[in-house]
Amino acid sequence: MSHPSRLFRIAQPLLRPPSWGDAVVFMSLAALIYLGVHLGLSAPPAIKGPEISLSPGHLVYYAGLSTGRMAAAYLLSVIFSLIYGTYAANHRGAEKILIPLLDALQTIPILSFLPVVLLSFIAIFPLRLALELSSIFLIFTSQTWNLTFAWYQSLTTIPRNLTQASTMFHFNPWLRFKTLELPFAAISLIWNSMASWAGGWFFLMAAEIFSAGERNFRLPGLGMYLQEAANQGNLTAIAWGVGALVLTIVILDQLIWRPLLAWSDRFKLQLSESETPPTSWFYDALRSSRLIRGVTQALVHRPWGRLDEWLTSRLPKTAQERRGQRFTWLWYALGLTLALVLTYEFYQAGVMLWAVTLKQWGIIGLGLLTTLVRVAAALVIALAWTLPVGVAIGTNQRLAAWLQPLVQITASIPATALFPVLLLMLLGLPGGLNLAAVLLMLLGTQWYLLFNIIAGASAIPQDLHDTATLLQLGRWERWRTLILPALFPYAITGAITAAGGAWNASIVAEYTQFGGQTFKTIGIGAAIAQSAAASDYPMLLAATLTMLLTVGTINRLVWQRLYRLAEARYRME
Amino acid sequence: MADPNGSLLELRHINQIYGGGEKIFTAIQDVTLSLNEGEFATLMGPTGCGKSTLLRIITGLQTPTAGEVLYRGKPLQGVNPHATIVFQTFALFPWLTVQENVEVALKARGVPPKLRTTRALDLLDRVGLDGFENAYPRELSGGMLQKVGFARAMAVEPELLCLDEPFSALDVLSAESLRGELMELWTGGVIPTRAILLATHNIEEAVFLADRILVMDKDPGRLIMNLKVDLPHPRQRKDPKFLNLVDRVYMVLAGHTQPEHVEMGTAPGEPGRTRALPHINIDDLTGLMEHLDGMPNNRADIYAMARELQINSDDLLRLIETAELLGFATIAYGDITLNPLGETFAEASIRARKEIFATRIRRLPLFKWLLGLLRASDKKQMEWDVVQKALELEFHEEEAERQLDTAIDWGRYAELLAYDDSSQVLFLEPGGAMGFTRENFNFPGPA
Repeated sequence: MSHPSRLFRIAQPLLRPPSWGDAVVFMSLAALIYLGVHLGLSAPPAIKGPEISLSPGHLVYYAGLSTGRMAAAYLLSVIFSLIYGTYAANHRGAEKILIPLLDALQTIPILSFLPVVLLSFIAIFPLRLALELSSIFLIFTSQTWNLTFAWYQSLTTIPRNLTQASTMFHFNPWLRFKTLELPFAAISLIWNSMASWAGGWFFLMAAEIFSAGERNFRLPGLGMYLQEAANQGNLTAIAWGVGALVLTIVILDQLIWRPLLAWSDRFKLQLSESETPPTSWFYDALRSSRLIRGVTQALVHRPWGRLDEWLTSRLPKTAQERRGQRFTWLWYALGLTLALVLTYEFYQAGVMLWAVTLKQWGIIGLGLLTTLVRVAAALVIALAWTLPVGVAIGTNQRLAAWLQPLVQITASIPATALFPVLLLMLLGLPGGLNLAAVLLMLLGTQWYLLFNIIAGASAIPQDLHDTATLLQLGRWERWRTLILPALFPYAITGAITAAGGAWNASIVAEYTQFGGQTFKTIGIGAAIAQSAAASDYPMLLAATLTMLLTVGTINRLVWQRLYRLAEARYRME
Repeated sequence: MADPNGSLLELRHINQIYGGGEKIFTAIQDVTLSLNEGEFATLMGPTGCGKSTLLRIITGLQTPTAGEVLYRGKPLQGVNPHATIVFQTFALFPWLTVQENVEVALKARGVPPKLRTTRALDLLDRVGLDGFENAYPRELSGGMLQKVGFARAMAVEPELLCLDEPFSALDVLSAESLRGELMELWTGGVIPTRAILLATHNIEEAVFLADRILVMDKDPGRLIMNLKVDLPHPRQRKDPKFLNLVDRVYMVLAGHTQPEHVEMGTAPGEPGRTRALPHINIDDLTGLMEHLDGMPNNRADIYAMARELQINSDDLLRLIETAELLGFATIAYGDITLNPLGETFAEASIRARKEIFATRIRRLPLFKWLLGLLRASDKKQMEWDVVQKALELEFHEEEAERQLDTAIDWGRYAELLAYDDSSQVLFLEPGGAMGFTRENFNFPGPA
């Protein structure tokens, strides 16, 4: 099996002090969201989507459609990440804006992108295509940010001697990309791709069915199937749908991600052999098949080789190390124009916010507090069960080997798919939706914590365990002096991701349509979802910005400090 | 070997300055030198003297703040296409095989695929890596990795070959064999290389290989000696002439003990240069003192000691500098002599050693200044950042951090200072707050 610490890896949170870039980014985003909202006011009339069939026979077709959308969004994410990350890593001036922007973009809830995207696409493309594109774009917004971070972080952490060697031997941009940058980032990109796909599945339903005011947009796919099944209260269909979803995820994992991981083991930087390299039966099968080898030789290797030679010989050489390039006047002019437009739009956004009544601000404030409590509750519950379980798994190799596939499959089920079932069970209880909302947040985010704690527990050196035993430390003493401090950095890393996910999940958790009825509770997520559905654009803008600001502030004040403390004092390396 | 006619490389008044405003740090000061065709030169000096920076400037990886780099009489623009570097850390791509690592250098130069393979295999054969073409770097030992580094450098047929401490990450035997092979390639004239510039801090290595030894000193990094080596190859390490040369370089690098005020410098912020604390391990220092205490007349030849203790010359020189700074020993003509204070220190108990150490470091201007700051401050404590900022008036950021690190280490050993890492606060030890009352060890400073 693979080492527990490699089960799940995410980009490390970026540590950076607040800068003027943050202010610029916040203003620009306010302006952009306003722009979208503005478009939303001139939207077309209602559209009824295609009818969906609940017969299991259609599931393959629906699964194919959803996977296709995910794949298209993923491709878009990769392209976006490569360009954005490269630019941020190579231009100091741009970096100051681009990185805070990325930070902020990943805290914007998916639904807030909706009006911007949908309406601008509808304005340009025929309706059917516009809907597909919007859906793909929405999935893209749930996939891309961590990939971009991963790429950017890889680029900025390439060992200096390797960069120098590339410069010394006159690599052109292509050769540098292919020989240095991509291999160095490969492992992190693959792990983050897996995380991205998980994020995409989570928001699949939101991306296949969306309503803006009177307008209901629907796209055939797994997400819509599940939603329709839930609407009709058809438990059999829900089971079929969840089954199909899990099967799709498992197949992708076995046929794509595991082989990729096994293959990418060669890109490890360390100069020693790894003890437990990741393995994949499918990868081994591919490698040992002579037929496959012949086919790839003819269809992949040769054309690829030619393209590679062509790019290597055609692209110009770069003489100097690229970092620290200066802006040209053209960029300055462009930046200035953009700044002017954004300032104007920001002003307009301010005008729109003026339309938000005091009562609405009250709703937002109350909602914010409620959601904060829910997020905290979800985190505490997650920590309470993942700590003992994670330590048990992480310190016991046999248990880990046995539980790992099980945990992985459970973790791969997007919580949103199970949400209707949860609702059915909980709605009868007092505070049912409240309970269900916390549970959905928990389901969506506890895995980050679990995986990190398993990794942390398995990283505790055996000699420290032995010392604790020799000193005859009691159970509590052992936890206090050894296990908890050693887990601290991992738990924090997990909690940062989990908390971010929980905030995002609030949108689908606090406001949901089910069985022809709308269920909602108090919360910032509900405020956003409801205002998006009711076309209350000033409210949508206000709620989104409030959430953005709150999450950003909490990250700065709480998580970054804890993370720094954890890294400085408790990291065992 | 090439005929020595005219200079291949010329550096004119090279200056490298970092920082700006009040915090200016000169990494390289006014270096002028030339390298002729057919010449093998070494660049020597203590850590932090700017050897690597100079190599980066020479190859065009970095543009100097001021001064000119001329290659074959023409100013250098961008990375020099006729030069290459062999790195101390090998800088091989871990995901490429040995052969691919060499081929990629050829590929970047536009050599067609078939020719690339033949050339790479030929080069690997020549450095003795025949049979390892398909191995990945992680499967090879340090010596073999550096052979790949050499093969890759040779692949681009450099006229000027720069070696940045290529042997210092290798074990003694691998380094020795690789040195021999380098000399074989060089003196055999089978490679198109016209000149070699080797940065090293291993004095014996420099004398063994080079036609000329350029010695640099730090604070600021500058050239202090240009020594011609006229011994024929292959050189014998036991040869008195060889030993004599090594001794001379040691003498220059170890220097002579200066009058006390010159040795100690001034406090940070005052006019004049603050003497940097050598970054050493205190246990190593006590070990050295004990070793000297056991020598006849408490005296040792520095070079002989380096060989005997199997310690690298850079580390030894730093220890010696510390002993000199604390007034435990004097340096003259490549010899170090323990003085009575040093002898007392070497023979004292652990407790007494700490007290001697404390009285000695309290005389250093940097420590006086630091203790004064703490004494004057509220609650006798200060934050790390504040002290570092103050030190940055004298040292560049990295060095200021290292200085503070060393000061805390010494201060803790002497029980003068304490430091709390979680709050990043330095404070005076209660015993050290008002200074020791027991100034029993007030020996006269170095002459």
